[in-house]
Amino acid sequence: MRPSANDEERWVLRLYTAGQTPKSVAAFENLKRICDEHLPGRYEIEVIDLMKNPRLAKEDQIVAIPTLVRKLPDPLRKIIGDLSDVDRTLVGLQLRPAFQVRRP
Amino acid sequence: MITEAPAGAARVAASLPKAATGISGLDEITDGGLPRGRPTLVCGSAGCGKTLLAMEFLIRGATQFGEPGAYITFEETEEELAQNVRSLGHDVERLIAEGKLAFDHVHVERQQIEEAGEYDLEGLFLRIGLAIDSVGARRVVLDTIESLFSGFSNPALLRAELRRLFRWLKDRGVTAVITAERGEGALTRQGLEEYVSDCVLLLDHRVQQQVSTRRLRVVKYRGSGHGTNEYPFLITEQGISVLPVTSLGLSHKVSSERVSTGVARLDAMLDGGYYRGSSILVSGTAGSGKSSLAAHFAAAACKRGERCLYLAFEESQAQIVRNMRSIGIDLQPWLARGLLHLEASRPTSQGLETHLAQVHQRVSELKPQAIIIDPISSLAAAGPSLDTEAMLLRLIDFLKDRGITAMLVSLTSGDGALEATEYGVSSLIDTWIVLRDIELAGERNRGLYVIKSRGMHHSNQIREFLITSQGIDLLDVYVGPEGVLTGSMRIAQEAREKAAALGRRQQVERRERELAVRRAALRAQVLALEQELKAIDEEARITSAESAAAEGVRAGERTAAAARRGGEEGDPE
Repeated sequence: MRPSANDEERWVLRLYTAGQTPKSVAAFENLKRICDEHLPGRYEIEVIDLMKNPRLAKEDQIVAIPTLVRKLPDPLRKIIGDLSDVDRTLVGLQLRPAFQVRRP
Repeated sequence: MITEAPAGAARVAASLPKAATGISGLDEITDGGLPRGRPTLVCGSAGCGKTLLAMEFLIRGATQFGEPGAYITFEETEEELAQNVRSLGHDVERLIAEGKLAFDHVHVERQQIEEAGEYDLEGLFLRIGLAIDSVGARRVVLDTIESLFSGFSNPALLRAELRRLFRWLKDRGVTAVITAERGEGALTRQGLEEYVSDCVLLLDHRVQQQVSTRRLRVVKYRGSGHGTNEYPFLITEQGISVLPVTSLGLSHKVSSERVSTGVARLDAMLDGGYYRGSSILVSGTAGSGKSSLAAHFAAAACKRGERCLYLAFEESQAQIVRNMRSIGIDLQPWLARGLLHLEASRPTSQGLETHLAQVHQRVSELKPQAIIIDPISSLAAAGPSLDTEAMLLRLIDFLKDRGITAMLVSLTSGDGALEATEYGVSSLIDTWIVLRDIELAGERNRGLYVIKSRGMHHSNQIREFLITSQGIDLLDVYVGPEGVLTGSMRIAQEAREKAAALGRRQQVERRERELAVRRAALRAQVLALEQELKAIDEEARITSAESAAAEGVRAGERTAAAARRGGEEGDPE
C-alpha cells in the first residue's frame, strides 16, 4: 500500500460522464471536494462527456457512468459511481489503505 | 365476431416480421428466422456453440441479406473471435474493413474497479450505439452479457440496466441476439429469459453413451409458430447446420420410373426394378450378401450416369472396392469419375444426430440420385434404439422428399425373427428384400425373397442367391414335395430328376422298340396270311377251271360213246 504518495506527485484524473446527469454532476462535485482535501494544488481533472465523444468509451473501456480513471500516478485505477461514498473513493484512488474501510 | 378474432390473430402471426439467419435449417424451424427488431436469447452451456451461432447470424446478415451487424463481446477479444470464425471460412477482418461489421470488446475487470456510489451502464449503451451507428447495423449480438454480473457487485442495478438495454435495443429496431450461459434449473444463470422474452433458443451439447450430440430447441417464440422438437445441429466447415426434423408430411413427389437393381433376375422379380426415389431395405444375416447387392445397385446407378453416395459404416473404401472386385464389380472407375462417393466412418465415432446431420449435409452438397447406407444397424450402436428409430424415420423421409433412391442395408441377428428387428422403419420402406441363409444338409446357402414391394407386381418366390465371380446370380430354388432345396441338395435333386427322366426316356424307347418289333411281326403275319389267301384264291380258281375242263372231257366222252353206240340207242342227231 502506498497511502498518500509523496507530495510532489502530480495527479491526473479523468471523469467520464454522459451528458449533464445528476449523477455526473454529483460525481464531479464529490471528486473536486475530495481532491481539494487530499491533493491540494497537485491534481488535474479532465471531464470527458462520452455523449460528445463516444469513441473514447470504447478506447478506454468505459462501461459504467460515471467512471473516474486515475491516469497518473501509475497504476491505472478505475472508480465507478457518483463518488458519494468518500471512503471507497479514497480506497479506489489509493489515498487510503483498503483495511480502513468497512466493507459491506 | 367471435370467428373473426382467431383470423385476426393469425394475420398478426403471419405478418410478424422476421430476420432470416441464413443458418441452414434454423430458418425452417423458426418459420423464417428470428423476430425482426427484437432481441432473441440464445442460451446453453459452455461450448455448445452459442458464440458461433451468434456470429454466423451476423456474418450471414452482412454478406447475404445486406444487413450490417455489430458484435459486442464481453468475453473474447476481437482477434480471438476473428480467429475462431476464420476456421469456418469467414473473413471477419474483411467485413470490418468493408464497414459491414463492427466489433467492440467490453472488458470489465473487477479487480481494477472500485464502486463508490451510484452509477449506471450508460457507457455500455453509448458503445453499443456507437457500434451500431458506425456501420448502420441492423443486427446486434451481445455475447455474453452475463459476464457483467461478475464485473459489478450490484445485481439489482444490473438487472434494471439490462431491462433498460433490451428495451432500448427494441426501440432502435435492431434484431439482437443475446447469448447467456445455461443456469441450474433455469434457462440462464441470471434469469435473462425474464427480460428477453420474444424468442428463446436453447442449445445443448449432450453426451449420451459416450457419444456427443448438439441439439437446438426453440423454447419460445412469441407470436410465431415454431417447431418444438429438439433439432440436432452440426458445426461444420460451412458453419452451423441445423437439421429440421421432417415437417414435410407425406407430400413426396412420386416417380413411376424404374431403376435397375443391378441384378437382372431381381429386376425381373420386381417387375422392372425399384421405383426411383423409393426406399429399399435389404436385411439379412451376416454374410448373406447384403453389401454385394448394394454394390450392384451402386454400380447400376453409376452406369446410368447417376451420382451415388455410399456410406459405409463397417468397411473401409479400399476394402469394399477390393471385395466387390472379387465378385466382378469394379467400383474404381466410378470412384475415379466422381460418380460414386464411398465414405467410410465408424458409427460410434459420432452421435446419431451427428450422423444424420452429416448425411443431410452430404446429400445437400452432392445431390446424389442414389444413396446406400451400409448398414443402418451399426447406427443402432451409436444411440439408444428409440433414437435410432426416430433418426431413421427422419432420414428416410428426408431422402424421399429429395427423390433419392435409398438403399438401407440392415444386419439382422440370426436368432430373431427376420421381420421383427428393423427398427420400426419397415412401414416407411417401399421395397423390402430379405436375404437369408437356408441351412440344409450341412450347408448354408443364400436365399432371397421380396417381403414387400409397394406398387408393383413382385415375385413371391424364394430365389437362391449365388455370389459368383461375375456377380450376383439368382436361381430358382427347387420347390417340391421334399420342400425348398438349395445348394448341393438342389443339385442332387436336379441330378436325381435328370436320372429319373433318363430312365423314363429309356423305358419309353424300349417300349417303342418292342412295339415296333411286334408291329413288324404282325405285319409279317399279315403278309403271310395274305399270301395264304392268295394261294387259296389261286387254288380255288385252278380247281374251278379243272372242274370245267373235266366236265368238257366228260361231255366229249359221252358224245364219243354215243357215236360209238350209233343207232343202238337211236339217238336223233
